[in-house]
Amino acid sequence: MSFFTAENLSIQFGGVKAVTNVSFEVERGEVFTIIGPNGAGKTTIFNLISLIYPPTSGRILFEGQEITGLAPHRVANLGIARTFQNIELFEHATVLQNLLIGRHTHRTTALWQELLFLPPVRRAEIAHREAAEKVIDFLDLQHYRDSFVAGLPYGVRKVVELARALTTGPKLQLLDEPSSGLNPEESDDMAFWIEDLKKDLGITVLMVEHDMSLVSRVSDRVLALNQGEMLALGTSREVQSDPRVIEAYLGKQE
Amino acid sequence: MAQFLQLALSGIAIGCVYALVALGFVLIYKATETVNFAQGDVMMLGGFFAYTATALMGWPYWAGIVFALAVMAIFGMAAERIVLRPVLGQAQFTVVMVTIGVGYVMRGVVTMTPGWGTDTYKIATPFAEKVVNIGGAAISLEQLMIIVMTAALCAVLFAFFRFTRIGIAMQATSQNQLAAYYMGIPVARVNTLIWGISAAVATFAGILLAPITFVHANMGFIGLKAFPAAVVGGFGSIPGAIVGGLIIGLVESFSGFYLPEGFKDIAAYIVVLLVLMFKPSGLFGEKLRKKV
Repeated sequence: MSFFTAENLSIQFGGVKAVTNVSFEVERGEVFTIIGPNGAGKTTIFNLISLIYPPTSGRILFEGQEITGLAPHRVANLGIARTFQNIELFEHATVLQNLLIGRHTHRTTALWQELLFLPPVRRAEIAHREAAEKVIDFLDLQHYRDSFVAGLPYGVRKVVELARALTTGPKLQLLDEPSSGLNPEESDDMAFWIEDLKKDLGITVLMVEHDMSLVSRVSDRVLALNQGEMLALGTSREVQSDPRVIEAYLGKQE
Repeated sequence: MAQFLQLALSGIAIGCVYALVALGFVLIYKATETVNFAQGDVMMLGGFFAYTATALMGWPYWAGIVFALAVMAIFGMAAERIVLRPVLGQAQFTVVMVTIGVGYVMRGVVTMTPGWGTDTYKIATPFAEKVVNIGGAAISLEQLMIIVMTAALCAVLFAFFRFTRIGIAMQATSQNQLAAYYMGIPVARVNTLIWGISAAVATFAGILLAPITFVHANMGFIGLKAFPAAVVGGFGSIPGAIVGGLIIGLVESFSGFYLPEGFKDIAAYIVVLLVLMFKPSGLFGEKLRKKV
């Protein structure tokens, strides 16, 4: 049984085949990257995996359990977290508040206990704060703990979004273009953190990424897509030297 | 001085009712970005249920309140689930028309229901016809209780949104639905619940208003005053709705006494115009500038 399986995924929007028959498996503890030129269907696959819309056909399995057709809020419970290409944060809240919402699925106290702020609630609150602080330390966000998200620079917001995802305690982290909009320095930090996610936290990473230097640095395996179909699957070096991949990116050689 | 105090207190009392109806608008607007124009009629229906429980079924006042709140919370959730959710994602205009339609239907159904009809009814309160003397001003206990009960409800709602898991999830959902999904928050269920809470708050307003205007099929038109209250406070702000309601209530009360006849009815709208001229996002409005 593999950790994560996409089985013959296809989706059509009207007459447009956005993704056709894509299958892959992600092993526990690896960094798996999906690449492809614009319009290749990368983000569509991401949205399928995070259950935003159901596939026209095919199945998705996580830890041996089929998750196709579940409501999107269930993925957090299963231990899957995601970030967005265009950053989706709670803008009118502080960084710490954003992270604490990440603990939502771990809160088990009852409404009446919370209203009275009873000892179990107090203990849980401390535990959640500790979990959030751990992530803050991990991603060096101490400086921004009490800043409102709306006022932060783009690069920091990107890190805050990753931090919030990590606070949910994921086994599988989905990253949608983690380096988009970052300057080379920030992009370098991001690569560093993705490596740490895998090595230090033991989190499996499935990501979509454009920046090929980041891809080759962190990925164990790479899947190349073009026009919704699988082109090549293998190590970063193998995929980048595959003639079909080169053709998809650069056009046919005369 | 006594007269001023009396006007102020009756202004605050009616302002509390505006505030609660406005709060109902704001809760739904924050959660689903929909303006529920049936909010006044939800209040009216709540008033009728309270009347039914206390007058027709002979229940005590407080039991009647609990009964009406429970029934209307379920009504609000059902309305969201059955009427609103199917049109969600359609153009704003569609959703607004649906809520206006729901309001009309509710008024129609109430006038057709045996035992309700087009008559005006009274809800007997335990504090009727008692007068309290504050600083030389004679204040009816009913008005005072409106203020006390509104304050109590606001305190409960504040604690709910600030400290409970589901309340915080509601705040998160209102800020970013997509992100809320991936925090494991059941967004659709949260929105249904918001409609239930909003209907219960409106019902509370209806019960508080009943001693002043009585219960009748058109009492929902007070929504026309609550709407300016929400705008003054900055649509989308919960404290704004409360403050906006109180401002409208006070302005109305004072202008009814100190200004020539007729001003009372337009005072609310003059306040809205002034606020929009000098502070377009309202007193407590969040400045929504999209960063690129």
